[in-house]
Amino acid sequence: MTLAQASTKTVHVLRFDRVQRSAHWANALLFFILMSTAIPLYFGSLFGLLLPRHVIEMIHLWTGLALPLPIIISLVGPWGNAMRHDVRRINYWTRDEIRWMKSLGKTKLEADKFNPGQKLNAIFIGASILVTLVSGAMLQWFRFFPVSWRSGATFVHDVFAYAIFLVVIGHIFMALTHRDALRSIFKGWVSESWAARNAERWLKEEPLGEEGR
Amino acid sequence: MSVESQSATPDEPQKRVNVGRRMFLGVAALGALGVAFGNSIQGALSNVFGSGLGGILPIGDHWRIYSITGNYPVVTKEKYRLSVSGLVDHPMTLTFADLQAMPKTSFIKNFQCVTGWRVPDVHWEGVKLSDILNSVGVQPSAVAVSFDSYDHADSESLTIDQAHLPDVIVAYSMLGAPVTTEHGGPVRLYVAPMFGYKSLKWLSGIRVVDRVEPGFWEVNGYPVNGWLDGTTGPNNPDPTLT
Repeated sequence: MTLAQASTKTVHVLRFDRVQRSAHWANALLFFILMSTAIPLYFGSLFGLLLPRHVIEMIHLWTGLALPLPIIISLVGPWGNAMRHDVRRINYWTRDEIRWMKSLGKTKLEADKFNPGQKLNAIFIGASILVTLVSGAMLQWFRFFPVSWRSGATFVHDVFAYAIFLVVIGHIFMALTHRDALRSIFKGWVSESWAARNAERWLKEEPLGEEGR
Repeated sequence: MSVESQSATPDEPQKRVNVGRRMFLGVAALGALGVAFGNSIQGALSNVFGSGLGGILPIGDHWRIYSITGNYPVVTKEKYRLSVSGLVDHPMTLTFADLQAMPKTSFIKNFQCVTGWRVPDVHWEGVKLSDILNSVGVQPSAVAVSFDSYDHADSESLTIDQAHLPDVIVAYSMLGAPVTTEHGGPVRLYVAPMFGYKSLKWLSGIRVVDRVEPGFWEVNGYPVNGWLDGTTGPNNPDPTLT
């Protein structure tokens, strides 16, 4: 669907549909709650505790358990077309993309809807949600696991928490420095000229953006 | 339009391979390996970087400070009092100086939380609980010892036998310095052979009683006998484990 307006020459290409935008912001909210409750849990001794520790723990626990829901809900069901499409795009890499990633962006690339760095970000965050969910659950329901596994789960939860924190900060930095891309997570569309410059192959394959809105 | 429907020969640079799934599984596998071997990995990391790394960034071997109430009761050394009461011949109230005047015990042992985190090689110093019990005279009808905290929320208990183990101490020094408020200072309990929740912080009272009174964490589902080796009975079957 083209949302071209007669008054301007900008041709709009749909990058994220309503379902994807909602999923993104629900996910972002949950991440924000998780990271802001993680800080007093880790650094309670430095920051002092605004709420009793077990209240913060409960907020962290339930938010963590809810974390996969926006992604799952946006993927399944008749509304999940665009989301499923993008997951496939993120999964499939061309040899050029692999080369581009290995050279850290130096080789020439006819970019897909998401460049390899963005694909890697999505894959890492997706897998990290699984890892932190499982390791976090092991810390909550520790009785079922030997002590050495509990220690391992603590270690994994810590290391992934740091990695996620850094990756999310990088994600926000990239978003704030790429205004056209940033607009698309609020309004859904990018300009055709932006797509031609940054996602050439996507534009060739789907000149009007994903179906559905 | 489906992405996989793109037909391409193997030589074509645009040929697509589903490496995304492999990367996803790779990260997940790292997580699983970390759970299985993280215990040894973080031990090795601590040996390489020393405890300083854990001191700055909470990875693995790092204290997680718990407080049931959300506050730390602040008690100065001068105002600190430890009451010893119940089924004893000579109930008494000890000051911080009284404790320091008693025979000193110190050792280096791990602090192991039941949820998995652990701080290795912590230096502990204080008075053996058995020395305190012997000095007040435990009556024959005594079965257990209950502990109260200045936070008015936490409580703990040990059987009389457990309370007499040599590595159960009333600690006034840990990590080579006076016990800080966040660690339960000025005086806390340290029960070396059991999980951390048994080592009550901000110790205010020792009561000798005629039955085991489950403490705060036990009422919330933790084992009353929190042996590190996972046994459940009141008596640790292998004394060498302590």
